[in-house]
Amino acid sequence: MNKKILLILLVLATFTVVSVASAAQPLRLLTWKGYAHKELIDKFTKQTGIEVRVTYTNNEEMIAKLRATRGAGFDLAQPSQDRISSVQKKYHIYQPMDYSKIKTGEFIASMLAAVKKNTLVDGKSYAVPFCWGTSGLVVNKKMAPDAKDYTDLLNKKYAGRISYRLKRPTLIALAFALGDNPFAKYSDAAAYKALMEKVGAAMIKAKPLVKNYWTNGDALLQSMRSGEVWVAMAWDGGGWKLHKENPDIDFVAPKSGALGWIDTFALPAKSKNVAGAYKWINFVMQPENAAIFTNLEKYATASKGAIDKVDPAVKANFKRCFPKTAVDNIKWYPPVPARLEAIEGKILDKVKAAR
Amino acid sequence: MKTSLRWSLFFFLTPVLLWLFLLIVLPHIDLLIMSFRMDTDDGKTIWTLSNYLNFFHEPIYWLTFVRTAVYSIIVTLLTLVITFPLAFYITKVVGLRFQGFFMTIILMPFWVSELVRVYGWMILLRESGVINHFLLKFGLLRHPVEMLYHDSTMIMGLVYTSMLFMVVPLISVLESLDDGLIEAAYDLGANMWHILFKIIIPHAVPGIVSGCIVVFMLTLGNYLTPNLMGGKNSLWFTEQIYNEFIASFNWNQGAAFGFLLLVLSSLVIWAGLKMSGQKLSQVVQ
Amino acid sequence: MQIALSVQNVIKKFGDFTAVDNVSFEVPDGGFFSILGPSGCGKTTLLRMISGFIEPSAGRIEIRGRDMAGLSPNKRPVNLIFQNLALFPMMSVAENVAFGLQRRREKKEVIEQKVAEILARVGLPGFGEKKIHQLSGGQKQRVAIARCLVLEPAVLLLDEPLGALDLKLREQMKVELKKLQAQVGTTFVYITHDQSEALVMSDKVAVMNSGRFEQIDTPPNLYNNPKTPFVARFVGDNNTWSGRIIACTQEGPGEIVAEIETAEGERFRVRSTDRFAPGAGVDLFLRPESMLIEPDADIADLNRFQVVVKSILFDGANSRLLANPLTADTELLIALPQNRQYDYIQPGDKIAIGWHAQAGICFPKV
Repeated sequence: MNKKILLILLVLATFTVVSVASAAQPLRLLTWKGYAHKELIDKFTKQTGIEVRVTYTNNEEMIAKLRATRGAGFDLAQPSQDRISSVQKKYHIYQPMDYSKIKTGEFIASMLAAVKKNTLVDGKSYAVPFCWGTSGLVVNKKMAPDAKDYTDLLNKKYAGRISYRLKRPTLIALAFALGDNPFAKYSDAAAYKALMEKVGAAMIKAKPLVKNYWTNGDALLQSMRSGEVWVAMAWDGGGWKLHKENPDIDFVAPKSGALGWIDTFALPAKSKNVAGAYKWINFVMQPENAAIFTNLEKYATASKGAIDKVDPAVKANFKRCFPKTAVDNIKWYPPVPARLEAIEGKILDKVKAAR
Repeated sequence: MKTSLRWSLFFFLTPVLLWLFLLIVLPHIDLLIMSFRMDTDDGKTIWTLSNYLNFFHEPIYWLTFVRTAVYSIIVTLLTLVITFPLAFYITKVVGLRFQGFFMTIILMPFWVSELVRVYGWMILLRESGVINHFLLKFGLLRHPVEMLYHDSTMIMGLVYTSMLFMVVPLISVLESLDDGLIEAAYDLGANMWHILFKIIIPHAVPGIVSGCIVVFMLTLGNYLTPNLMGGKNSLWFTEQIYNEFIASFNWNQGAAFGFLLLVLSSLVIWAGLKMSGQKLSQVVQ
Repeated sequence: MQIALSVQNVIKKFGDFTAVDNVSFEVPDGGFFSILGPSGCGKTTLLRMISGFIEPSAGRIEIRGRDMAGLSPNKRPVNLIFQNLALFPMMSVAENVAFGLQRRREKKEVIEQKVAEILARVGLPGFGEKKIHQLSGGQKQRVAIARCLVLEPAVLLLDEPLGALDLKLREQMKVELKKLQAQVGTTFVYITHDQSEALVMSDKVAVMNSGRFEQIDTPPNLYNNPKTPFVARFVGDNNTWSGRIIACTQEGPGEIVAEIETAEGERFRVRSTDRFAPGAGVDLFLRPESMLIEPDADIADLNRFQVVVKSILFDGANSRLLANPLTADTELLIALPQNRQYDYIQPGDKIAIGWHAQAGICFPKV
């Protein structure tokens, strides 16, 4: 009897040791939903032996999480490029990128340069680009053939069939749609506040038309699929996913310009597995791996060679939705200066609380 | 003897105290300090009361709080009204044999997380949801109706979430009620209402109050249900705190709101205890 | 005299089980009626039918001539004192007593006056403001009684209210309750399994067994002339012998004397409930105090026999001898008066016992 117990304990102990050994240096990835597919993770683990643990989040929570731990708890994060420099200046939650450890040749050079420039703090850059895309409209063209611009998010014609996020991109988009340029007012807090108040007032006025303020991308896609929502502000990748299922639904680059974003890789200040993080970056940016991601999520990556390996249908998405004028009209987010978020937060609270 | 007793007390109390201190007290002290700090435009951090004053100066903040508190009180009262007959039924009408069965039925929804429960409701109630589907199929509706994103839906969800926390103290307090008292009152000429208001409720007051405190606090502090089921109109105070921390990066303001929530909800409970003539120490038992 | 409570052929069945089987009785106004029976005999069910908590399966219950069928407890002019008293712990003594009056929407001043009066009557003047948990057992008892009496019910039902009290207090409350009942003149229907309570307080006692009334009689009659073996056994202590009839003789109207031979061969003359045929089996009941120890030889008409003392059960006024007849090991209890006359008796002694034919009684063997 005792021997049996001893044996069981021994086996258990062995397992524990083995699992501890294999889990010695997992890569803790803080990223967006869809950015670390199981397919890629399995492949990566097989190649390197590094286990990947993924936490899904968004820009705001990413910053809050890292701020709370002063940059600990995760080994690699994927914030948008415009949300790095001001945060880094204030909270010091990232560590500088060592570009010598990255196969920079795999990247689209102009995009890498832009991200380096936008994440420059005290002479050091903090990120490399991963993927990019735009925010615009996702429209059910059968029900709302005329929805062309962000102003249609406030259009009575689509009452009860409109959905958008109560987040800063919506404010920015509507500011453009109202004929202003919010990016130009980034440096002037007072002017920016006035502009945001104008946008907020318009949103409150049009509040009865909104079905809901979506918070979860999958839930929005579900609402569009079921026909509950006709006009939504969302990312192009989501629209293209739906387009594949139902050709009536598609992404529309708004007349006042789609909002262009680049999501990056950045190293949290207290990353415990920097080597693993670089390995992951280099792995994901290999053209065939980047193409796997693009085919699944429809977002284009900063990997130079990936474009040749992407499905024709996915390539067609971009061509269909972005004619030359629309591409030129993309409004790329400049780095967000500190303290704008507080202004926006208050406006968004007001919109949410309004009757 | 005495020393060994003291040692064992120390031994058993230490983990609890450590847990309390490290995980509850310390972070709260940190938050409290944070709530009195503010970043100025030139990047300095100063001591200030403005985080607290903001709450009173800015109508949107205190209106949200008032709204949250009023809705929480409504939810608490509704939960009480709904669960009281249920608790009475389970303890006094159903045989002992079925009590366990009924308790299990009530407990069952709580085996899944709140998130799953709320999504369950959403699947039922949404415009393309199950209920609409059947109403349309049976010709009771011509067009699907959006049942989500109303205040009433949100209240329903909150009541549903709170029921367990009301029913458990009610059952335990009603179990201790001697059936003889009800019969005696009946025998002395009381009708149903007299028995309810003169015998059952006075006896059940400690349970009612403790259930109400728990439900009120949980509802006030709920984040998921109002956010998901209430939809576009449901700015809950907790969401405001979340927004300050996460969206606006204004931890100082968020911390101040957190403490205001603590103080104001304590005030509401204190008022409730005063009104029902109960003492906290009795109710907590 | 007016009949306060009349129960006619009442039956209560729970499924196949008959809890109360065709019970009838009447209680005159101002009477103290007890129902005495072992636990499970159906007396509580009967009481709950009178108070209205249970509807009878058949039969009729009238209170002051009014049929009670279909009337709920709160509409009946009867009140019940519960076994555990069921005082309302959340109310003061005065609020407890006033509870029924308030339900009748009586005026506040009237209520206050009545409450004060009744509390004085039950010996608790000025106790109105006390809380229930501050009272002693006896005081709670009185509050419970006051709470019902203040409503001036046609009948007051009492469900073993003394059961929870300790012995001394119970003895005291028995006397008090009887006194109180005589004072207020309310009709009491009292159920108990304690024969002493029933015998001391009641005008009439019904002995109940397995849902039926065995006998309704005054306490002395019940004790001296039990009508059934159950009553003989249940009320008071009794020694039982089994024996056979040798002959029965009629010795006056309703007075039959049987000559019997007990199983161990003693021959006795004893009062009989019937004229049995010779050879019929009977049970002979004989109370411990009916047996005289070492009776004078010149007392005539005594049944005499010899016993061996096994032990002395000293219990003050209630002391007994435990003895065996010479020829058998049947155990007999014999009263041992504590008048120092019998102090010489020791275990193992052989003593003579005598008893009068009228002191025993025999029933057909069951």
